[in-house]
Amino acid sequence: MTKHFRKGDGERSGLFTRRALLLGGAQVGLLAALAGRLYQLQVVETERFATLADENRINLRLLPPSRGLIFSRGGEPLAVNRNNFRAMATSDRGRGADLLVERLDQILGLGEADKTRLLRDLRRSRNSQPVVVRENLGWEEVARLEFNAPDLPGVFIDLGQSRDYPEGELMSHIIGYTGRVADEDLAGRDDPVLSLPTMRFGKKGVERSLEDDLRGRAGAVQVEVNAVGRVVRELDRTEGQPGDNALLTIDIDLQRFVAEKVKEHQSGSVVVMDVITGDVLAMVSTPGFDPSTFARGISQSEWRDLLENPERPLHNKAIAGVYPPGSTYKMVTALAALEAKVIDPWTRLPCPGFLELGSIKFHCWLKGGHGSTNVTEAIACSCDCFFYEASRRAGVDRMADMANRLGFGRVSDLGLPGESSANQPTRAWKQEKVGKPWQPGDSFNLGIGQGFMTATPLQLAIMTARIANGGYEVQPNLLLAKATPREELAPPAPRDKPTAPSLRLNPQHLQIVRQGMVDVVNSSLGTAGALRRDASGKLLDFTFAGKTGTAQVKRITERERELGITQAQLPWHLRHHALFVCFGPADKPRYACAVIIEHGMAGGTTAGPIGRDVLAETIKRDPSRRTDGFKKMASR
Amino acid sequence: MSLSLDAPAPIGFAEKIWRINWGLVLVLTAIAGIGVLALYSAAGGRFEPWAARHAVRYGAAFGLMLVVALIHPKVWLAMAWPIYIVSVLLLVAVDVIGKIGMGAQRWLVIGPLQIQPSEIAKVAVILVLARYYHGLRKEQASQFLYTLPPLAMILVVVALVMVQPDLGTAMMVLMGGGALLFVAGVRLWMFLAAAVTAVACLPVAWSFMHEYQRKRVLTFLDPDRDPLGAGYHITQSKIAIGSGGLFGKGFLKGTQSSLNFLPEKQTDFIFTTFVEEWGMVGACALLALFALVVLWGFSIAFRCQHHFGRLLALGVTSLMFLYVFINTAMVMGLLPVVGVPLPLVSNGGTALVSVMFACGLLIGVNVYRDAQLPRTR
Repeated sequence: MTKHFRKGDGERSGLFTRRALLLGGAQVGLLAALAGRLYQLQVVETERFATLADENRINLRLLPPSRGLIFSRGGEPLAVNRNNFRAMATSDRGRGADLLVERLDQILGLGEADKTRLLRDLRRSRNSQPVVVRENLGWEEVARLEFNAPDLPGVFIDLGQSRDYPEGELMSHIIGYTGRVADEDLAGRDDPVLSLPTMRFGKKGVERSLEDDLRGRAGAVQVEVNAVGRVVRELDRTEGQPGDNALLTIDIDLQRFVAEKVKEHQSGSVVVMDVITGDVLAMVSTPGFDPSTFARGISQSEWRDLLENPERPLHNKAIAGVYPPGSTYKMVTALAALEAKVIDPWTRLPCPGFLELGSIKFHCWLKGGHGSTNVTEAIACSCDCFFYEASRRAGVDRMADMANRLGFGRVSDLGLPGESSANQPTRAWKQEKVGKPWQPGDSFNLGIGQGFMTATPLQLAIMTARIANGGYEVQPNLLLAKATPREELAPPAPRDKPTAPSLRLNPQHLQIVRQGMVDVVNSSLGTAGALRRDASGKLLDFTFAGKTGTAQVKRITERERELGITQAQLPWHLRHHALFVCFGPADKPRYACAVIIEHGMAGGTTAGPIGRDVLAETIKRDPSRRTDGFKKMASR
Repeated sequence: MSLSLDAPAPIGFAEKIWRINWGLVLVLTAIAGIGVLALYSAAGGRFEPWAARHAVRYGAAFGLMLVVALIHPKVWLAMAWPIYIVSVLLLVAVDVIGKIGMGAQRWLVIGPLQIQPSEIAKVAVILVLARYYHGLRKEQASQFLYTLPPLAMILVVVALVMVQPDLGTAMMVLMGGGALLFVAGVRLWMFLAAAVTAVACLPVAWSFMHEYQRKRVLTFLDPDRDPLGAGYHITQSKIAIGSGGLFGKGFLKGTQSSLNFLPEKQTDFIFTTFVEEWGMVGACALLALFALVVLWGFSIAFRCQHHFGRLLALGVTSLMFLYVFINTAMVMGLLPVVGVPLPLVSNGGTALVSVMFACGLLIGVNVYRDAQLPRTR
C-alpha cells in the first residue's frame, strides 16, 4: 500500500517535473523579453528618451528686459519702472483652463471680459509660456492667491515692472505711453521678447519713437519645471540687457511754467526751441491726459471720453494741430519776395485798406489802411496789403520753395509719431486736390498765411528758429543723449554755433525780416508794442522780436464786417485762432517760441503775452547751459 | 489513510531552523532593501512618507514569514478550504461595501486595518488548488471532469475581482491558477481549448469593461494616440526608463520622478523610479534577484517529497514571477497598465504581507519537504 502510494506519487512527480520545466522555460523566455525591452529602451533608444526627458523638465523662458528710463535735460525722471506684482498662469495648451479661470474668478473677481481674454490667452499659449491673469495686485490679492495655491495649479505671482510717469499729464504728449504689443507693432521686428504677454510696447510719443532703444534685449532663463509647470530650480541664466536710458531736451521746470501759462486758456499749444541746437526745451499741448490710466490699463469708457472730448486731449497739437498760420507767415512772404528780388528793402507798397482783384476785395486788417510801407514796416504793422502784393509778385512757386526751406509743408526730424506735415499749397497740389488751377487770389491769401495754407506750432517754431539763427536749417530735436545703463548718460557739450547746413539766404534779407519782427514789439508801429512791458507793466530787461497772427477759422462775411460783429460775440469754435511767434534776445537770438491759442481771437493780446513770458522765463533759465542738474540724477 | 511505517522521525526545532532557506531570505531582504532605496528617492530623498514605513512593514512581514514557514503543511492542507472561503467572502464583501479607491472598489476597512482582499485571494487560490490536486491521482488529474472544480475555484475569484474592477489581479489569478493546473497535469488540449474560448470571449469581455479599462487597452496598443491623456503614464514611464540609459542618472537624480512627471511613482511605477536612477545595470540586478527567488522556488518544488508542497511551491513561485513580469512589462509598455505592484518594492501593506506570507509557505515547503501528508478523499 505504501508502495502503491509512493509509486503513484512518483508518477505524479515525474509529470510535475516535466511540466514544471516547461513552465520554467516559458518564464525564462518572458524574462528574456523583459531584458530585451530594457535593452531597447535603455541602450538603443536612450538618446531619444533622454532628449524627451530634458524637454519635459527644461523650459526656456525669456526674461523681459527692463525698459529704459527717460529723463528730462535736468535729470528729472519722466518715465520710470515701478514694481508690479502680477498673477500669471500657465496651462498646457489650455488643459484645465476653464476650471482654473473659474477659480481665479472666485478669488480675484475677474469679470466677464477678463475671463474671456484669459481663456483665450491660456489656449493660445505655447510651450507653457505664462500668461497674465491680472497686474498690479494688492497685498490682499497676493495673499489670497498664495493661500489658495494648491487649488490653482500653474498659477504663480510674478514680480514684473510697469511704467510710471512721475510728471503725469504735464509730459503726456511728449512721453506718450505703452501698451500691449499689437500685431502691427510686430511688423519688421522679429524680437522674440515681443511675444511675451507681459511685454509693453511704446504707443505714442517718445515711448514710441525710441521704442527700439528703450526696449532692450531679452535675457533667457533655463528652468526646471515639474509636471504642472511650476519652476523647481533655475539651471542657466543669460541676463538680458536693459533698454537704453534717454535724456530729453525738455527743461521740466520750463515745461511746467509754459503749461501753467497755456492752461489759462481752453486749448492751446506752445513750442520752445533752441535756435542753435534745435533742442525742444518745452512742448505743451493742452489739455493733456493722465498717462497712468494707460499704464494700469484703460477702460472702455475712459477711452471713449478721451476720444470724444472736443478739445482732443490725446492729440498733441504742437505737432499734429493744423492751423492757418495767418500773419505769422508774413516773414516767409517777405523773404520769398526779397530773395526773388521782386521787392528790395526800400520798396514801398501802398495800402488803401484793401486791394481789389477783379470783383473780389482783399481787406487789410486795418480798416483805413497803412498808407505805404516798406517790408520792415509791413512786418511790424502786419500790413496785409503789402503781403498780398509781395506774394503776387513772388508767385506761388517761389513762395512754396521759401516756405519749404523754412520748414513748412513737411514733417520735421523731431521723430515723434503723429507729426503732421500740414499743408503748404502749390499749383500741383491745388490742381490735384481741388481740381482747379492756381488763381491770383490764392496767392493773395497765401501771402498772409490764409486760404489753403496750414502749419503746425512746431513748424512755426522751426521757421522762427531758422530766421533767428541766421538761416541755418536747424531741425527740432527731443533726444539730448541716450546711453546703455552701463554707460554714463551725459548730455553733449553746449554749442554756440549751428551745425545745420545753411539755407543760403541773403544775410541782409534775414536781417531786414528780423528787424521787422523786433519792431513788432519794440517800435511804435508794432502790433504788439504792449509786450515790451511785462504783465505788471515793467519794461523787460531784454529785447525780443515777435510776430502776431490771428488766423481765421471761418471767412468773415461782408455782412459781419458791416455789422461790426466782434470775435467775442461768436461761439468759441468759430472764433479766430490766436498765434504768436517770437525769438530772443533780439541782438543775439538763442530761443524761439511759437504759441497758438485755439479760438483765442487775437494773436497780440492772447498769444503774445504767453510768448513774452515764456521767452523771458527761457532766457532767464538759459536751459542750453543747464546740464549740471543731470549729475544729481546719475548719482541717485 | 494512516501514516506510513517507515516514515522519517519528526524533525527537531533546530533542524527546522536549519532548513529555512536563509539564502532566499537574504535575497528577499535585498529586494526589500532596494524597495526602501527606491521609495526614499521617490519621496525626493526623504524617509517619509514611504521608505520608513516600508522598512517597518517588511520587518513585521519578515516575522510573519518565519512563523508561516515553521507551520506544518498539514495545517495548511486543513486550512486551505477555510482560507479560500473566507477570502471569497471578503471579495464579496468588498464588492458590496468596499471603499472606493483609485476608481475601483479594492479596499476593505476592518477596524484600523485597510485590507485588499484581492491580495489574499491570490494566495488562497494557490492554496486551495494545491490542496485539491494533492488529493487526486495522476489519472484523475488529467481527466476533464476533475478539471472542472478547480476551474470553478479560479473563475469565482476571477469574476469577483473583475467586478471590483481589478484587471491586474484577475489576470494574475487566472494565469497563476493556470500555471498550477498545468504542472498538476491537466491535458494540454484543455489549455488550447481555454485559449480559444478566451479569444472568442474577448468581444464579450470588451463590452463588460469599464471605459477607463478600454482606454488603457487602446492606449497600450497605441501609446501615441493621446500622449497627454490616457497614454501619459506609459509615455512618461518609457521616457524615464529610456533616459536612464545603461548606468542611470544616479541616486536621487532622476528628473522624471522627482518632478512628478511619473504618476503613482511609489506604487505601480516604482520600477521606473528605480531604473531611471540606476539604469539598465540596476534593472538587470533587480530582475536577477527576482529570478533568483523564482529559481529557489523551483528547486524547493523539485526537492519536495509531497505533491501538496510541490504544487504550493510552484504556485507561489509562479505568483511571484507573474507579479514581477506583469509589473515590469507594464511600466515598459509591453502590457496594458493594469495596476499590479512590484512585490517587496512597491509601497503598500497588504501586497507586502501577502507576498511574504506566500514566501513563508514556500520556505515551509522546504522545511517540511519530507513530511508525510495523507491524501484525503
